[in-house]
Amino acid sequence: MKKLTRNQIFWPLVALIVLLIYNAFFAKNFFKISVVDGHLYGNLIDILKNFAPLALLSIGMTLVIATGGVDISVGSVVAISGAIACSIIDGRLGIFNHSLVSALVSALLSGLACGLWNGFLVAKVKIQPMVATLILLTAGRGIAQLITKGKIVTINSAPMMKEYYFIGAGYLLGLPFALYIVIAFLFLVLLLVKRTAFGLFLQSLGINSKSSMLSGINVDRIKLVVYTISGFLASIAGILISSNIKGADCNNAGLFIELDAILSVAIGGNSLNGGKFMVQASIVGALFVQCLTTTVYALGVPPEAISLLKAIVIIVLCLFQSDSFRQRVFKGFKRSVKGADAA
Amino acid sequence: MKKGILSKNFQLFVTIVLFLVLFLAGSLRYRGFFSAQVFLNLFIDNAYLIIIAVGLTFVLISGGIDISVASVVAFVGMLSAYLLQNGWNPYVVMLLMLLIGSTGGFLMGYIIHYFKIQPFIATLAGQFLYRGACFIISTTSIIIDNPVYTTIANYQIKLAPKAYISISVVIALLVVIAGTIMARFSKFGRAVYAVGGNEQSANLMGLPVGRIKVLVYVLSGFCAALGGIVFSFYTLSGYGLQNIGLEMDAIASSVIGGTLLTGGVGSVVGSMFGVLIQGIIQTIIIFQGNLSSWWTKVAVASLLCLFIVLQRIISANRDKFKRKMLNNA
Repeated sequence: MKKLTRNQIFWPLVALIVLLIYNAFFAKNFFKISVVDGHLYGNLIDILKNFAPLALLSIGMTLVIATGGVDISVGSVVAISGAIACSIIDGRLGIFNHSLVSALVSALLSGLACGLWNGFLVAKVKIQPMVATLILLTAGRGIAQLITKGKIVTINSAPMMKEYYFIGAGYLLGLPFALYIVIAFLFLVLLLVKRTAFGLFLQSLGINSKSSMLSGINVDRIKLVVYTISGFLASIAGILISSNIKGADCNNAGLFIELDAILSVAIGGNSLNGGKFMVQASIVGALFVQCLTTTVYALGVPPEAISLLKAIVIIVLCLFQSDSFRQRVFKGFKRSVKGADAA
Repeated sequence: MKKGILSKNFQLFVTIVLFLVLFLAGSLRYRGFFSAQVFLNLFIDNAYLIIIAVGLTFVLISGGIDISVASVVAFVGMLSAYLLQNGWNPYVVMLLMLLIGSTGGFLMGYIIHYFKIQPFIATLAGQFLYRGACFIISTTSIIIDNPVYTTIANYQIKLAPKAYISISVVIALLVVIAGTIMARFSKFGRAVYAVGGNEQSANLMGLPVGRIKVLVYVLSGFCAALGGIVFSFYTLSGYGLQNIGLEMDAIASSVIGGTLLTGGVGSVVGSMFGVLIQGIIQTIIIFQGNLSSWWTKVAVASLLCLFIVLQRIISANRDKFKRKMLNNA
């Protein structure tokens, strides 16, 4: 039992299950799944579909945070990649017009470029991660607006609209196509982290960057790769989001999604100081965040109140993860030596 | 030159020079730009941001971060509009707002220090909490038509026949002056620099690290609430979606003004000029007329990038210099 509760993924899973049990009692038809138009339909399926972008971002964010950094520019990368993809599909950029492949490739390349830029600033110029990615956070939406010339690009009448729409909102074998993308990338990243030296180096870098460097690990290159992965995954998230709404809205696409991604990582029990990490736990965290959102909608609470709930969740989860809090609250009466230390 | 680059005030100097250059460039290029009122408008339009940036600067110098400030501004606007509509005394409302801001800051600082929760996450919770609380009050915007508020909002202090400032500007300047005195000449200010420079050594020196760390968040919360009051003078309304992303503007201002996010370095005056530089870029883009306002963001980000790289060069040089001195000794 102790081994089970020690497992990092245990508490996020418990939180998720508690939320689901709550829904079972208080939200009507939350677990009802029916078949509509040849695919599954219901709140749970909706959650799986809508959590895809956040899940992708939280995969990238987990790796970045594992190095002791943070990438707050992902929301802007989402906006840029969506703007590029939709502009090409709609035939506004002049080159490679209407082609789905070129739209996807350019969007992904933009994500890679953004990630490389962040990685370059962090790893080579040695700027603190938060400041380095602040640059792209500030500039990103501006750049996206310049790509779309300040308009909201809709692709309703574009020739490749159906194919593009399928990526973010289509269904394969009854399940959302976006879910397969998440699973594929989760698998790839897990492979990278668990089965290659890279994963090992990544963890050692997070725990102690200096000693890793002294033991001959190329710390800079790992950081560069990690930020590039984060940017790349963000561009996929951008494609999913823009495809789901059939258009690019530079102002609102992925707005504050970086906070949700960081939140997912934190809920997953990963230390924000870097070091040990678990990508699966972050995915559970993302699932929890999305589930919370859907719950709020299902309960008919005004959607604006969701940030209040998120705040409460953050506070509760963080406090329970904090050692000194646990010591104070649960061992406060014993006046143990440890408690005195914490004070 | 070498000594100049190493000096503590070099970055502040660069920031001020940049501000003057931008103002000069604008004056040469656009008709009507070179006037006292255009200059003063920079203060009038950004008074609230200056106030917020001052509070945030202390947090950043201490090595923390506070991303809740934008939501505090929105919440203060919302709650004071609501209370004023219900006939509360405006002065009581203002005092209450400052109290709420400070208390919120205290709570965040407390859990950051005593429960060892990352500043980013703790203030993120604060941000969500304030923002959500806005919408519990109302989802639509509420106007403020209290006579005291409108009088303060419309009052013009004439400096010259064609130049005036608002009361908000006076408040902002007072905050900057008080902040500078506090940072430079008070025990508290020096302790903040010490904690930000190296928390462990500050602790060993016997400084009350915990109290200092909590106090900077109280200060930041107070300034954010004051900024919120000034902002509600500016807009005369409260709205829950107001000022989304403002915290990043404030952080960017501080960085442009020479604050290091790792802590230990920074100045209140620098942050003020950081705000003014962002303001002047906006003014230039408005005067240009045919540029999309998105260029503001891109320009600010480029400047941010430039300044950060500059900071890197300075600190790298300083390290080299230190090492050289050590070797010589």
